[in-house]
Amino acid sequence: MRPKRRRLAFLSVGLVLLGVAVALVLTALEDGVTFFYTPSKVAANEVPAGQQFRLGGLVETGSRKTLEDGVSVAFRVTDCVRSLPVVYRGVLPDLFREGQGVVAIGRLEASGVFRADTILAKHDENYMPKDLADQLKEQGQWHADGGGKPCAEAKS
Amino acid sequence: MSAEIGHFALIVAAVLALGQSVFPMAGAARRHGALMSLGGTLATGQFVFVSIAFGALTWAFVTSDFSVANVVQNSHSAKPLLYRITGVWGNHEGSMVLWCLILALFGACVAWFGDNVAPGLRARVIAVQGMIGLAFLAFILLTSNPFDRVNPMPADGRGLNPILQDPGLAFHPPLLYLGYVGFSVTFAFAIAALLEGRVDAAWGRWVRPWALAAWSFLTLGIALGSWWAYYELGWGGFWFWDPVENASFMPWLVGTALLHSAIVAEKRDALKSWSILLAILTFSLSLLGTFLVRSGVLTSVHTFATDPERGLFILAILAVTIGGALALYAWRAPALKGGGLFRPISREGALIVNNLLMTVAALTVLFGTLYPLIVDALGLGKISVGPPYFNATFVPLMAPLILAMGIAPFLPWKRADLAGALDRLKLLVAVTVGAAAIVVFLEERHSFAAALGIGLAVWAIGASVLELAGRVRLFRAPFGESLRRAAAMPRSAWGMTLAHAAAGVVVTGITASSVWQTEIVRVMKPGDRAEVAGYTVAFAGVQEVRVGNYLARRGRFTVSESGVALATLSPEKRVYLPQRTPTTEAAIRTTWFSDLYIVLGDPHGEGGHAVRLYHNPLVPWIWIGAVLMFLGGMVSLTDRRHRVGAPRRSVRPVQARPAEA
Repeated sequence: MRPKRRRLAFLSVGLVLLGVAVALVLTALEDGVTFFYTPSKVAANEVPAGQQFRLGGLVETGSRKTLEDGVSVAFRVTDCVRSLPVVYRGVLPDLFREGQGVVAIGRLEASGVFRADTILAKHDENYMPKDLADQLKEQGQWHADGGGKPCAEAKS
Repeated sequence: MSAEIGHFALIVAAVLALGQSVFPMAGAARRHGALMSLGGTLATGQFVFVSIAFGALTWAFVTSDFSVANVVQNSHSAKPLLYRITGVWGNHEGSMVLWCLILALFGACVAWFGDNVAPGLRARVIAVQGMIGLAFLAFILLTSNPFDRVNPMPADGRGLNPILQDPGLAFHPPLLYLGYVGFSVTFAFAIAALLEGRVDAAWGRWVRPWALAAWSFLTLGIALGSWWAYYELGWGGFWFWDPVENASFMPWLVGTALLHSAIVAEKRDALKSWSILLAILTFSLSLLGTFLVRSGVLTSVHTFATDPERGLFILAILAVTIGGALALYAWRAPALKGGGLFRPISREGALIVNNLLMTVAALTVLFGTLYPLIVDALGLGKISVGPPYFNATFVPLMAPLILAMGIAPFLPWKRADLAGALDRLKLLVAVTVGAAAIVVFLEERHSFAAALGIGLAVWAIGASVLELAGRVRLFRAPFGESLRRAAAMPRSAWGMTLAHAAAGVVVTGITASSVWQTEIVRVMKPGDRAEVAGYTVAFAGVQEVRVGNYLARRGRFTVSESGVALATLSPEKRVYLPQRTPTTEAAIRTTWFSDLYIVLGDPHGEGGHAVRLYHNPLVPWIWIGAVLMFLGGMVSLTDRRHRVGAPRRSVRPVQARPAEA
């Protein structure tokens, strides 16, 4: 084959492959993407029903309880304005603490309880999930001088 | 005093790097031999001075010099010596010094071992290395000086994040950097070739060993990181498609493509312009990885507290490097002459398929990694892209890749007979389909994924074995002759066979551990037993222990199988003392074929504890496979034709020998 035609052939194979990839990406984005919400947004009914999402906020002080089965934990996640009950079955991450930032991935049940499949609390104990920090700033609940405790006067 | 020496050495290194970027480049343009060879001296000098700086920083950590801010923030006098040393790169500033040290080492290596590179090209390569070095040394000196002093000096340090006090993680960054930074050399070769406006087959021969070395170390570095995440994070998983993992994986994918296209460039004098583009992209993705990790723009399990100013500086380096390189490529590449002709069905064609799939896979990973940033920037909400996206895009692209990987070694250069190759593989096709069918028959859940994974693994390993058997004429010639043939086989052929089979081993491990993992979460009291995948795990209780710089609650579990005691496992919950940081240490009993993985949770009731038990079949194969890939790379690197100082080819392009004044 002449170089020009060869180049054309490979270019078209590449383009077809790229098209396949774009199709894959678009279908995968349907269920591969999870949105991030704070309890206030959930309370405002911004969350589509039954969809998996990431709930971010602070673990409300004094709300953590171990349930009857011994391996499920219940706690409340707050953004200083509203709070939401969360149930998680499993071993919590090491840096899970009351009063600190947490991200829970799961679904909202009809009873209004958020059932988490995954709980994320990060490596660094002063770490605040970026999405959460941004949301709190947006809601005017961010006090940078609070030393990782954004809502000093938390209403729960 | 050592801190000032280190700081001064960094400044000297930066000045030398400036000289290294200018003089050899000017020398190559004017064919001035002395100026060109000055580059090698300056590269050696840069390496020496960065080594002094790195040594000074290490000294500050080892002697716990708490007048240095970086030591205060990241070390503690009670820490074991090993972690005082590895603490040097367990923080932002120190890890950037390590980055520069490895960069300077590679630059110096081009100078020391690059005798077989034409002097003009070598001078330009060294100059480009100097420019990259200058950019990163400036970054350290202007935004991340590790030698800043504190006054007054505190009594003790704050300690290294305990999660980093681990042998696996201690050596993960150096290996990863050997890979990341190793691709700076192939990048420099690409830029130098574009500047010269000429790429010949020799270019491919020079680039291949560098790409191979970088790729091998990157493979090992990624595997070590994944192994660490597996045993340290206590989630029982080995890969999370976390942005930072993706950051190291994208250069690996494109680097693998480069490794293969460089073969075509060397052997067939084709795909040269494409190889140059891949070399640029690989290093660009390495830089992007550094940016993502160091700037904290993405939410990741690896994100530590970061500083936006630093992110901006790296972004600037990134923009100049990638933008400049691609602009140069757009300007000069069209002038590069195409080489050897071939038909679509040929080894060249198969390698192009590899290249396209690898590159497109890297693109989809890149898109998934950056998509949250794009959406956020457009104000459309806070999202994250999780494993379902990556699995749904990555697996469909890897499946044809592995199929092609099995056939390609059976295709000759220039033109091939696909039907003939498949005819040689017909037994393997039957075995592969049979294996997949058995999996479908045995497995109710996830049967498609399991059958696909196991089928591909059988195919990859089987094809490698058949290819090797064919080369040595196993069972078709006397055994002695087969041995002789095996001994005479080029090392690069051995390397390829090993690495391709290793890919099959990795696929086996990933498939089996994803599909057949067993997980049990329950409360266990002393005396309780749990059944996991045929094993009986008995809980004997928990004791409090104090070891070195941490306190631990240590559980005792005995593992038995049909009444025969096999092992005692002791998972721990630790609290590291300086910061009172808690960590979880999983206990793992590994055989070559499976892992039993126990995590101790919080206490519950009288003497009871939440316990998480996993049985992960074939999970060790993931890392065994990765180590085999690394070994494949190393074996190939010892090939005589790659060997440093190999006899020069008698026919060299005349213009490659400028006037050596």
